Amino acid sequence: MKSLAIALVLGFLPVAALAATKADIEAGRKIATTTSLGNCDACHMFAGADEAGNIGPELKDVKTMIPDRKIFYAIIYDEPARNPRTLMPPFGRNAILTPKQINDVIDFMYTK
Amino acid sequence: MKFAYLALALLVMTPGALASNKPDPASDLKAFQGYFLKRFPKIPLAAYVNGPYDFSKSERAQWKQIMEFPPYQFALDHGRKLFEAKFPNGKSYAACFPHGGIGIAQNYPMFDPKTGRVVTLGIAVNRCRVANGLGKLKLTTGPMADILAYMTDTSRGKTIDVTVPDNPKALAAYQAGKQYFYSRRGQLNFSCASCHVQAAGMHLRGNVLAPALGITASFPLYRSKWGNMGTLVRRFIGCNKKVRSVPDKPDSAAYRDLAYFLTSMSDGLPIAGPGARP
Ligand code: HEC
Ligand code: HEC
Repeated sequence: MKSLAIALVLGFLPVAALAATKADIEAGRKIATTTSLGNCDACHMFAGADEAGNIGPELKDVKTMIPDRKIFYAIIYDEPARNPRTLMPPFGRNAILTPKQINDVIDFMYTK
Repeated sequence: MKFAYLALALLVMTPGALASNKPDPASDLKAFQGYFLKRFPKIPLAAYVNGPYDFSKSERAQWKQIMEFPPYQFALDHGRKLFEAKFPNGKSYAACFPHGGIGIAQNYPMFDPKTGRVVTLGIAVNRCRVANGLGKLKLTTGPMADILAYMTDTSRGKTIDVTVPDNPKALAAYQAGKQYFYSRRGQLNFSCASCHVQAAGMHLRGNVLAPALGITASFPLYRSKWGNMGTLVRRFIGCNKKVRSVPDKPDSAAYRDLAYFLTSMSDGLPIAGPGARP
């Protein structure tokens, strides 16, 4: 009963309240720059990206750009839901990235 | 009451609906070419056959260097030999085509009213082989690409002329190709138009995306990444895989119709194949 309560509390904790570890950020960097995963740099310029594309806007000062983590998650999860004409793939909806991987990418991007 | 409603529906639906539903390749062509000319006013129509090379200085330099010693030359010579060789029955490819197959590539893909299907030049070459008791060649690379390189070279500079005839099946094939071009597919959810219209001229990582206008004109082409020649369907398969969708068969109706639509949108541009790409 007690453990269930803890699980519930943990489960409903806003993700942002959990501080990103170095490992999360490194995992996010890897996902963001790997072609078969996030491949974010194919379209977006960001610091540290190698041979980045320019189809999407440059990602810098990302905390100011997308301060709301939930909105950031939604952008990566299914940008076509917000903008049907977008070129950005629906990473979550089409199971290209797992929820954990999306969160890692967000942690990484918030360092940019 | 019911009848009146039906009559009204028919009245509203029929004339307008029919008129607007019938594919209209001529006005599509105007809109398609107009879109690019307006978006990139510095690039003249005929330059679109150069693929991405009018959009990136560094790629253009790299391309010009490649073209000094065209890597397709070997395929071209080999293709000519294959084209001119006699079949075991004593005939050759020339007998299967108008003008002996010389200077005709600009008219393909072509609608065949007999079968009601679109015939690409590669498929026409295979039909010729079958009619002469030979097996079909693979449509993506190898000897077929070499034969097409030779035939296309004899059309170099000639104006692409793939006019869709006013035939219901030809128009349906055109429409299916158009639909394919604009439909999103694959896990990554891209249409051909996503990359080659919407993002034309932009960088997808290191690649400058070729505009869809003129995109068929340099095929077949030698691609350094492939290390050999490839036909247009080889590229279709590659781009479909890139978005993680299941490619169609090289001789499928889907790819015939796609090639038909896409080539017809380049009507009026010069043939620039065989080509070379880094
Ligand atoms: C194939 C292209 C492509 C890829 C890959 C891509 N994006 Fe995007 N992204 C875009 C485009 C285009 C936009 C512009 C907004 C739109 O189209 O809706 C965009 C918008 C965004 C925005 C919103 C920017 C704003 O101004 O609101 C963020 C944040 C973002 N992308 C992050 C990412 C991340 C993180 C990844 C990798 C997991 C990624 N993108 C992968 C094309 C892409
Ligand atoms: C995710 C992006 C993307 C999508 C979607 C895509 N392509 Fe491509 N395509 C490319 C890239 C990158 C290249 C290589 C660079 C270039 O030449 O554009 C290319 C090259 C080509 C070329 C050769 C251009 C040349 O001059 O060498 C053709 C033809 C082509 N694509 C057709 C298609 C068709 C048809 C579809 C849809 C079935 C399609 N592409 C979908 C990215 C894409």
